[in-house]
Amino acid sequence: MFYREAGDFKVSYRDDSQTFPIKFDRYRYYVVLAVAFGIIPFIINDYWANALLLPFLIYAIAAIGLNILVGYCGQVSLGTGGFMAVGAYACYKLMTAFPDVSMFIHVLLAGGITAIVGVLFGLPSLRIKGFYLAVATLAAQFFLVWLFNRVPWFYNYSASGQINAPERDVFGIIITGPNAPAWATYLFCLIFLTLCAILARNLTRGTTGRTWMAIRDMDIAAEIIGVNPLKAKLTAFAVSSFFVGIAGALFFAVYLGAVEVGEVFGIQKSFLVLFMVIIGGLGSIFGSFAGAAFLVLLPVVLKVVGVDVLGWPTDIVAHLQLVIVGALIVMFLILEPHGLAQLWRVAKEKLRLWPFPH
Amino acid sequence: MLDNSEEYVTEDGRKIGGVVMEMKNITLRFGGVVAIKDISFDIREGEIRAIIGPNGAGKSSMLNVISGFYVPQEGEVWFHGSKRPPMRPYDVARQGIARTFQNIALFEGMSVLDNVMTGRLNYMKTNILQQAIWRGKAEAEETKNREAVEKMIDFLEIQHIRKTPVSRLPYGLKKRVELARALAAEPKLLLLDEPMAGMNVEEKEDMSRFILDVNDEFGTTIALIEHDMGVVMDLSDRVVVMDYGKKIGDGTPHEVRNNQEVIDAYLGVSHD
Repeated sequence: MFYREAGDFKVSYRDDSQTFPIKFDRYRYYVVLAVAFGIIPFIINDYWANALLLPFLIYAIAAIGLNILVGYCGQVSLGTGGFMAVGAYACYKLMTAFPDVSMFIHVLLAGGITAIVGVLFGLPSLRIKGFYLAVATLAAQFFLVWLFNRVPWFYNYSASGQINAPERDVFGIIITGPNAPAWATYLFCLIFLTLCAILARNLTRGTTGRTWMAIRDMDIAAEIIGVNPLKAKLTAFAVSSFFVGIAGALFFAVYLGAVEVGEVFGIQKSFLVLFMVIIGGLGSIFGSFAGAAFLVLLPVVLKVVGVDVLGWPTDIVAHLQLVIVGALIVMFLILEPHGLAQLWRVAKEKLRLWPFPH
Repeated sequence: MLDNSEEYVTEDGRKIGGVVMEMKNITLRFGGVVAIKDISFDIREGEIRAIIGPNGAGKSSMLNVISGFYVPQEGEVWFHGSKRPPMRPYDVARQGIARTFQNIALFEGMSVLDNVMTGRLNYMKTNILQQAIWRGKAEAEETKNREAVEKMIDFLEIQHIRKTPVSRLPYGLKKRVELARALAAEPKLLLLDEPMAGMNVEEKEDMSRFILDVNDEFGTTIALIEHDMGVVMDLSDRVVVMDYGKKIGDGTPHEVRNNQEVIDAYLGVSHD
């Protein structure tokens, strides 16, 4: 009825393989972009940026990264927190070593360094699969956190063992440090998220994405039709870690400003991002957004409803949140393993026929 | 030395070309089990070559040797006049050998179109950066290969399901999609592992027609394993018969049918 593809004919393969083949979707995408870039920066304030928008944008990048590895290539990883830490520390070292270089370059380089580390820790995936690989990446998680705690060079020998983001700018606009305006940090993260999402989409709809999915669905058949499993798995680890590294760099430099590695990038972070990917939908870029939005919004909504509306004590609401997230994950795994993205797909299919389903 | 020049005329008068693939004294062992024992045979250009035999005869193992999945302990594989060193399956695919599987090995999470597109992997030359940018080279390559893939989709009459996830398709269609994926690679040699297993008569007729059409229109050399004797005798130009890892017959369908050893293997022989 209001969502339809009738009359929307494609006359070239190019038109047919675009990201949003249906006009309705395409225009909605433009509207979302216009609002995100053109309206929100003017009405944003510190509370909105720090409580909702920045964590959403950054977690969405991390979720896209992890989704490429787990959802598209089928390699389970529990090392996301560790890889985010690599991005954060790489960014920190670059920021302090080259203070005059633009933050854009620092963040991109941090992603690149994380990609290399990701490939190193991805090497075991050539021999082991499933749970065993998950355990191997878990080792990466603990090793990396341990490394950043124990080797003082990484935190520039600071007494506290923390890393603090110095004030850095992009084209004269301060992006990091306490004086950064909310709109600037928001836009900075938004630009990275947009770029990451477009890159991820391009990769997953093309040859690379197909080799990843082939490895995920049936690695033996993939090899026989010409997929080099070594290359496919390692590119997945590299691209995934690149995104996760960018997310880690932004999380540290733009969002938090100061980081103690064990607290911020511990195993909880790995699980949080994994939950986002599972709840949002494995193997879907949109799902990464949905999952990140869901898990960032949920605590805020619960807090508003529980504390402000119902007047419950804060700690009960905080505990309730854990219960609800846990229950939701179990529910999703049982009822809809493909997550919010699949619910959205089903809703669209229903809407095509609504209100005359027969 | 291989003799590539020799023309060969099959019993129904079809001319087929020189030898494209030759298996020389292949022996394949899994620990103490000998799956293939000293087998030699050849595949000629443009022919339909059947490999038959009772269950456990080593037919699928033979196909796996050809497609590089197993490396035989002894023997040589000659392809297009040169000896093939032991290589990984994806390198064999690059040489122009494609195959389908006994138990359908499609990528269940992907659409039919994406599945068939994976068959074109060997024609994809852009690197990961170009693909990430998409505009330009990667897009042009995608469009070009899409055209080739659509031809195969058209040929196998699966246009109506091209956007459907494979996991939703019925068995017969899946078999056809798998054939499309193998054909999309435009292989020089196509290996079919029981293309008609589990099909009803109608589907078998469809599949037989497709196999003959492929051989006819694209000139593809085909090696197939099949249990339905009627189909094998009708389709194939030459037949290899295996039993317990040994070759017990090789020749035209007519010759094989009258081979005493083959009859014994299939019908059993009294041991008195």
